[in-house]
Amino acid sequence: MGEKMLMKGNEAIGEAAIKAGCRFFFGYPITPQNELPEYMSRRLPEVGGVFLQAESEVAAINMVYGASCAGGRVMTSSSSPGISLKQEGISYLAGSELPAVIVNIVRGGPGLGGIQPAQSDYFQATRGGGHGDYRTLVYAPSTIQEMVDLVMMAFDKADAYRNPVLVLGDGILGQMMEPVEFPDEPPPEPLAKPWATTGAEGRPPNIISSIILDPELLDKHNWHLMEKYEQIRKKETRWEIYDPYEAEIFLVAYGTMARVARAAIEAAHSRGIDCGLVRPITLWPFPERAFDELADRARAYLSVEMSTGQMVDDVKIAAAGRAPVYFYGRAGGVVPSPAEIVKKIELIFEEIKGGSKRA
Amino acid sequence: MRKIFERPKSLAEAAQHYCPGCTHGIVHRLVAEAVDELGLAGRTIGVSPVGCSVFAYNYFNLDFVQAAHGRAPAVATGLKRVLPDRVVFTYQGDGDLASIGAAEIVHAAARGEKITVVFVNNAIYGMTGGQMAPTTLVGQKTTTSPYGRQQEVAGYPIRVAEMLSTMEGAAYIARVAVISPQSVARARKAMLKAFTAQLEGKGFSLVEVLSTCPTNWGMTPVEALKWVETAMMPVFPLGVFRDWEVGEA
Repeated sequence: MGEKMLMKGNEAIGEAAIKAGCRFFFGYPITPQNELPEYMSRRLPEVGGVFLQAESEVAAINMVYGASCAGGRVMTSSSSPGISLKQEGISYLAGSELPAVIVNIVRGGPGLGGIQPAQSDYFQATRGGGHGDYRTLVYAPSTIQEMVDLVMMAFDKADAYRNPVLVLGDGILGQMMEPVEFPDEPPPEPLAKPWATTGAEGRPPNIISSIILDPELLDKHNWHLMEKYEQIRKKETRWEIYDPYEAEIFLVAYGTMARVARAAIEAAHSRGIDCGLVRPITLWPFPERAFDELADRARAYLSVEMSTGQMVDDVKIAAAGRAPVYFYGRAGGVVPSPAEIVKKIELIFEEIKGGSKRA
Repeated sequence: MRKIFERPKSLAEAAQHYCPGCTHGIVHRLVAEAVDELGLAGRTIGVSPVGCSVFAYNYFNLDFVQAAHGRAPAVATGLKRVLPDRVVFTYQGDGDLASIGAAEIVHAAARGEKITVVFVNNAIYGMTGGQMAPTTLVGQKTTTSPYGRQQEVAGYPIRVAEMLSTMEGAAYIARVAVISPQSVARARKAMLKAFTAQLEGKGFSLVEVLSTCPTNWGMTPVEALKWVETAMMPVFPLGVFRDWEVGEA
């Protein structure tokens, strides 16, 4: 690994993308992600790349579409309302099987909402977001270093599966500074893209399209996509189980919320209640296997979110009735405090009494 | 025997789905001729719109991308920025370009994006069954202006060539028609010039082609050609509105 440096989250994403070989960025201003396009506008010309400020998020994602058709390593970023505008384009990327990396520095909604950190785009990110039967791989880093690692990986996964990959952050992760290290070695040679539309010299024309009017063929195409998503589910699901106390109550949290959850776990421990943490690193595919691993032990799950309850649905699916699932969340940019979470943990502990509170 | 007429190499040998009397076929041919004449077939990428010409990629022997409704100029921008030494063109109708894609076309022109736009204006939405377009004439009957386009309700047609000719990033803007051998010959020249503007890196280029839609206009092909001349041309005058070689026209 290279030298350790202190970097702001949004800028670290930009540098990670460049280190991963990304040379094209199309964006549109929206708070709280502006440092990322600003960083790219400085850095990309230095490495022979192109930064372009589009006229809208809609145009930006379609420029991404064109750049991806041309075989470029390409990225865009935005925040919640802007991501809503990009959803049509993301659906087209998925339908046409084009790689791209899309960063959402999530803010509170709905509508124009606020600019403070939130996790209320979970449904949108994990259920496709746009129209049609599709999925995107969704990474949810919890530290700036992990953000760097996942952003770099996102480009390879997008190419490997020919599918858009989302990286979800929030205003806290975007604005905070932490030490990060970038790998010394140059990025691996990107995969060849014989499907790209680069001019048909010496070969039959390449066509990139998502229109399939014949229902039988469109059905076939959808099942082909689904097979690909099944491969992603098998190979790309990531999670971390944090369990220093061999707990029976497990918090489930990702991103910024997972950091707060760790503090809550320590606070609960000092009050005699032992908890662990399931931290999804991929939100889609959701790490259902983590819950299988804990099935013999976990007596309750508590989904903690910066929303009114979205991931909790997936926790219920994953727990599959083997343990009760509770929820605690704040919305609109309010970050639940460790104390609030501990209070909820104590209530759960009372409800599932017989648990092992230490003397 | 001497061959005096043949299919341009860039035009695919495929039956086109366009209605009888529609002029898309002529415009396709003009594009293919320009690409062939300039020797660009191996390095040209086309972008098709949503509308009647959504399947244009089936009719050219060229790399092609199908774009979301109205977004062809943004898609072309992405292609061209990654591949600056290739030739990129969009092929768009009036609903696609002047309505839902109004922002994308204006900003592509403003940036001086080095792409060529073939804009087919037939004053109506064809593919969806004859609804009012942003270029529908005042008084023109469509399925969503059954009493004729009333300016009090639906305003006025947009003159795209004139509007975009105010952009400093535009190198070449022309409006042509394809209703007679003479007008087709002039359209051919405009198409060549538009691609030349891109080849020489002069900036954005656009050829607006007044086209027919006999099916949705409720006319015979011959009546439709006449209507272009008598009804459309007074509102959409032919001409060159911007030309980098002579300055603003």
